[in-house]
Amino acid sequence: MLDDFFVRALVAGIGGAAVAGPLGCFIVWRRMAYFGDTLAHAALLGVALSLLLELNTTMTVFGVSVTIALTMLGLRRTQTLSSDALLGLLSHSALALGLVCLAFMTWVRVDLTGLLFGDILAVSKTDILTIYAGGSAVLVFLWLIWRRLFAATVNPDLAAAEGMEPEKVNIVFMLLMAAVIAIAMKVVGVLLITALLIIPAASARRIAVGPEHMAVIASVIGAVAVVGGLQASLRLDTPAGPSIVVAGTILFLVSILPWPGLRSISGANERERKS
Amino acid sequence: MSEPLVRLQGAGVQSGGSWLVRGVDLSVSSGEIVTLIGPNGSGKSTTAKMALGILKPTEGSAHKRVRLKIGYVPQKLMIDWTMPLNVHRFMQLTARPSQTQIDKALERTGVGHLRKSEVRHLSGGQMQRVMLSRAIAMKPDLLVLDEPVQGVDYSGEIAIYDLIANIRKELGCGILMISHDLHVVMAATDQVVCLNGHVCCQGSPRDVSQSAAFKTLFGERAAGALAVYEHNHDHVHLPDGRVQHSDGSIHQNCCDHVHGSEPSSSDEEQRHVG
Repeated sequence: MLDDFFVRALVAGIGGAAVAGPLGCFIVWRRMAYFGDTLAHAALLGVALSLLLELNTTMTVFGVSVTIALTMLGLRRTQTLSSDALLGLLSHSALALGLVCLAFMTWVRVDLTGLLFGDILAVSKTDILTIYAGGSAVLVFLWLIWRRLFAATVNPDLAAAEGMEPEKVNIVFMLLMAAVIAIAMKVVGVLLITALLIIPAASARRIAVGPEHMAVIASVIGAVAVVGGLQASLRLDTPAGPSIVVAGTILFLVSILPWPGLRSISGANERERKS
Repeated sequence: MSEPLVRLQGAGVQSGGSWLVRGVDLSVSSGEIVTLIGPNGSGKSTTAKMALGILKPTEGSAHKRVRLKIGYVPQKLMIDWTMPLNVHRFMQLTARPSQTQIDKALERTGVGHLRKSEVRHLSGGQMQRVMLSRAIAMKPDLLVLDEPVQGVDYSGEIAIYDLIANIRKELGCGILMISHDLHVVMAATDQVVCLNGHVCCQGSPRDVSQSAAFKTLFGERAAGALAVYEHNHDHVHLPDGRVQHSDGSIHQNCCDHVHGSEPSSSDEEQRHVG
């Protein structure tokens, strides 16, 4: 079954989406989209480094993302720049540095488009194993810190006061994000990873009644986007990674239509307007 | 005398080269209500955060009893649109109270009907009540309340202060509270710590209200307000521990009970009068 490249793409994409869903919810809740972008751009630097030192790509990307994430955590404490400016600076510096490094390495042939926008149609069985093994590990760790991470997301002070150790779970969350980026890079490429994280989560918001519910729905929506995007890419001969993101965007637009069954938000807005 | 739940000793926090607050000595024991008062920016929240362990003191020390279960009601809690969170799930944020405990705690603050509401749709007063319910449902050893009646309507305010006094009796927990309402602070508090970047005065409500530093800090009007409150008493405690009643008679104690044996009973009596 996995001998068919299209089936491999589907399996890899669904695996990636399942992991991206719950993490994406936290990125949306914590307003960390830009942060995710920065980590994803840094992944390109990781690829360059892995080619230069002949290391395992996934592990090197993970290592570089972790380093950048922890650096940002440290810099945020000193607060010399606004975190928005800081992220913008790091994000684009990392991207540019990665591109320059890759250009220097004239001895390796690099598929730059594949790195930037993903090369899901070329995933191997080993890639699939990496996605599922790494993805399961990420989900297990996320499940273990879920309550504490969610409490820290609602209110860091409250979480700290009541023994939820927000500093510790924040670091674990950074590691998980770096891992997801290393995994999802295969599916959609460094420029579109944040989309795979955020769009399913945002689309799930209307339907979800609770945080855990939203995480599960985000995974399902992500998987639907992968299947839809890949089918469209096959029929219309469009690039696979961007097609998945476009499919996700369409699902998001559908989710914000005024559906009669989903009155919670419109009804709530009316109440807010009245008061 | 059992070990206090939290104790700050000469504690201070420095941020960006200036001191937010320094030289704070205070302790909260089981069954005791300690209230922090002071003008804006005087370091009340900073002091509470040191006691909670959220902020590490730059100087001095902060000690918590080991395995201390804390219930915290922060000053503000914003829930973003992106987060689906109803009151019921919010009640289980850091602990796992049973269904009955959740229902009971919500009933006690008068918001039982909001169990299924989205947290972000609550009004300021409702939110305050829900946050208090959440902290109570945890059955904490120490309850820390940062302006617990903010946005609560007037009659609700009295009910919530009554509830806080009852909780203290029922759970036997210590309470560290920040409040602006001087009347209520004076009525329902064992210890008052008045802050103004440092401890300006501290002691029993009566001692603090009569200190010159307090009058300087809060002005004559506050002193006047307290004076009005004082006049609501039907008795005066003399320095030697005896009590002079409004008719001029002097007794060993102020009512039928022995004064000081049960701290909350005098609080109740004072509130009935006021």
